Amino acid sequence: MSAIALKVNGRDHTVEVDPATPLLYVLGDELQLRGPKFGCGLGQCGACTVLMDGRAVRSCITPVSAVGRSEIVTLEGLGTPEKPHPIQQAFIDEQAAQCGFCLSGVVLTAKAFLDHNPKATPAEIHQALSGVLCRCFVHTRMWRAINRYAQARHV
Amino acid sequence: MSTSFSRRDFLKTSGALIVSFSAASLLEPLALAQGPFGTHLSHIDPGKLDSWIAVAADGMVTAYTGKCDFGQGMFTVQTQLIAEELRVPLHVVRLIQCDTSITPDEGTTSGSQSTPVNFNAGGLAQAAATAREALLNLASRRLRVPVDKLSIKDGVVTAGAGKQVSYGELVGGKRFNLSLNPNVKRIPPQQWTVLGKAIPSFDIAALATGEFEFVHNVHLPGMVHGRVVRPPTVGSTVANVDEDSVRGMPGLIKVVVRKNFVGVVAEKQWQAQQAARKLKVTWNPGGVLPAQQSFYEYIRKQPSRDVFIVDSQDVQRKLADASTVLRSTYFHPYQMHGSIGASCAVADVRGDKATLWSSTQSVYPTRSGVAMLLGLPVDNVRVIFTRGAGCYGLNAADTVSYDAALLSHAVQRPVRVQLSRKDEMAWGENYGQACVIEERAALDAHGSVAAWDCESWSVSFGGRPGYDHPGNVITGMLAGYQPQIVVPARSSEPAGEFRNGHNLAPSYVTGCVSGKCGGAGKIRSERILARNVTSPFFTGPLRSPLRLQNTFAHECFMDELCAHAKADPLAYRLQHLADERIIGVLKAAAQAAKWEPRRFPQASREQTSPAAGRGIACVAYEGDNGYAALIAEVEVDQSTGQVRARRFVAAADCGPISNPAGVRNQIEGGILQGLSRALGEEVTWDEHQITSTSWATYHSLPLGFEVPAVESVLVNNPGWKATGAGELTITVVAAAVGNAIFDATGARLREVPFTPARVKAALAARNPQS
Repeated sequence: MSAIALKVNGRDHTVEVDPATPLLYVLGDELQLRGPKFGCGLGQCGACTVLMDGRAVRSCITPVSAVGRSEIVTLEGLGTPEKPHPIQQAFIDEQAAQCGFCLSGVVLTAKAFLDHNPKATPAEIHQALSGVLCRCFVHTRMWRAINRYAQARHV
Repeated sequence: MSTSFSRRDFLKTSGALIVSFSAASLLEPLALAQGPFGTHLSHIDPGKLDSWIAVAADGMVTAYTGKCDFGQGMFTVQTQLIAEELRVPLHVVRLIQCDTSITPDEGTTSGSQSTPVNFNAGGLAQAAATAREALLNLASRRLRVPVDKLSIKDGVVTAGAGKQVSYGELVGGKRFNLSLNPNVKRIPPQQWTVLGKAIPSFDIAALATGEFEFVHNVHLPGMVHGRVVRPPTVGSTVANVDEDSVRGMPGLIKVVVRKNFVGVVAEKQWQAQQAARKLKVTWNPGGVLPAQQSFYEYIRKQPSRDVFIVDSQDVQRKLADASTVLRSTYFHPYQMHGSIGASCAVADVRGDKATLWSSTQSVYPTRSGVAMLLGLPVDNVRVIFTRGAGCYGLNAADTVSYDAALLSHAVQRPVRVQLSRKDEMAWGENYGQACVIEERAALDAHGSVAAWDCESWSVSFGGRPGYDHPGNVITGMLAGYQPQIVVPARSSEPAGEFRNGHNLAPSYVTGCVSGKCGGAGKIRSERILARNVTSPFFTGPLRSPLRLQNTFAHECFMDELCAHAKADPLAYRLQHLADERIIGVLKAAAQAAKWEPRRFPQASREQTSPAAGRGIACVAYEGDNGYAALIAEVEVDQSTGQVRARRFVAAADCGPISNPAGVRNQIEGGILQGLSRALGEEVTWDEHQITSTSWATYHSLPLGFEVPAVESVLVNNPGWKATGAGELTITVVAAAVGNAIFDATGARLREVPFTPARVKAALAARNPQS
């Protein structure tokens, strides 16, 4: 057990955990955040995705000790139901969910990629989401939402 | 906080769906300690109006439903139903779903039954309409005006001339003390103002911003973490558990063993995971599994339980006499629910009381199962539905609820259990059933189908636990309960009436039993025999169970007959159908897709270029629970065997549509999930164990695949009963895609999934004349 300092969604936290603990467990169990979810624990599906200094990472395979001074943002750190982030608003407008469990992976992976590659081609955006799963298969709506956000960034 | 975590506390903390419970005072009489309305806990009498609807003094309407929302939109549309029937605004309705202490027992939320049960003459619809009728009667007495002179708007009853009274004034906070009126009149669809509208799902903002509380997010004071240790191979039993192997591990609270159930509890999740990994368990080996490669032959040799769906007794003769007889066998593998999240549950078992937060689709049956496992009176167990990752039937939600109950019982503290991905895929869920379906048909001189003969084999083991079979899911069996197995039996002649609940019969037969015909088609010479054999793996109702498998075979075989008759696939289907609703969806889909008859198949002779084709398929789901037609357009890369779907056009008729936005979401999701199942999904195993245990070995189409265009036509049919919509379109996807591949290439795919290797094999096996 060690005391580990983390900056999550703009707030400083100190947690007392084994440094090998996956970041996901710290976010979910210690900080009681709901955005990142346990999907596979193997980094294969994306449900646990968080932003680490603006890059999408899979928190289920990221030891908390690897975070260091990086800033973590989870799905709830982007916006709130009252004041959603534009990409969240796009998902709301397109009704792009069924169970909604996968949304951290879809929303944050797309956001991080588009923020770093604002001129990405559709093929490149598709490639960026080739490791993200939605098992309710809301794909058509999710792509409409992602494209809406991508176009808004272009303007 | 008290052990039982009171109902009000739960409501306050249960996330965005149920916030700021302003009717809390009303709810006091419903507190857990006394049971709702002071009755015996398990007696929330579904015949009493107060079991379903309560109106508070401030006019807030609380409704209680036994059909829950796990992503299919039932929360929003049931709220619309209450608002419509009571003529109140949506925002005054508070819907409470699936909590055994307060909602009526409506069994399992499954089988496309929520709409038929709660949106026609019974269930929640009957309750809401009865409440409106009761309120009008009360207002009539209060205002001294006959009921037929009253109107309702926004929860206020008006008699004109300034005379009015609100619902709150009429019953606020008091019981109705009435029975449901089985003959109550619902508001007809033509007069709907809230139902029938594309109301956006209430949960979307909370989901998109991470505020929504899933069962994975439930936190209780003092909660600790459990993990399970499942057997290494199918059929293994515990020989010895070496607790010394984990002694002294940080945070470890207990190793729990019950017969073949093994689990650990630790203070933190990471500690529990490590202890589960390190715990040394010696297992007695299980048996050898039937080889996957020859599995379809294997199941045809097993002792079976046979049922004739229909037998016109003349099929053998017609086949013998016919100039043309076609015969094909279709194969469908085990498939997984493969929920995006490995299942999780939280249990708080202390003394003789247990509370569970569970994503089970069956709160009351799960309550019974937990009571059996723990030896508690059933009324001492409360199961509160809390959404998990999307479930399409029977994922590991039930079994992980048992896991949590057993572990919490052992440590007498609240325990959260998170399954691993492998636990979920190999030792958690109940798989969709593998099938072999043999089709035979006789064509007459004109190419029309003169007789249809179908014998199918499906595999079963366990299933939904129901109220008294906890062994039907894995944890129940490990803890010592027997799963339900197939008892072989010879079939008797069909009796009673024609039932096509599993779509064992194609839509094209008349379905005549005991002189009454219930089929959707015109083929009078018909013989449908279903055989069920024991499965080596747990099976359960995966979205469109057996209906999908059977429809894949029937609709592809219909295409084979059509190709042999050199007919147009749409016209040929219409020629053999009698039911106006399945005809209606076929025509609607064809019109939307601009279907034009042309040479079929239009098989490409270019072996390497991508070949394009279109395929059609339709179904009368469960015989009469919704109608769907689908046209698929695909491209086949003939050098790689890769299939790409380009466009789907679906038409669905599910009677009066309560929320078109919700139906469209189900249609679209069903089509793409069906595509993933058709192209890549297959459970695999070796001699001893399941080998598809992660997303590396169980292949789901990711977000980044080339998503086809999906168009849906909703055939609103208010003159009929409302039917299910969630399983409609997925049922016809594999068939439509298989038929499109045939149209494109002349290669017939008879085994799901259509992997590149199988497509290439089918291409190689093409009749050079085709």
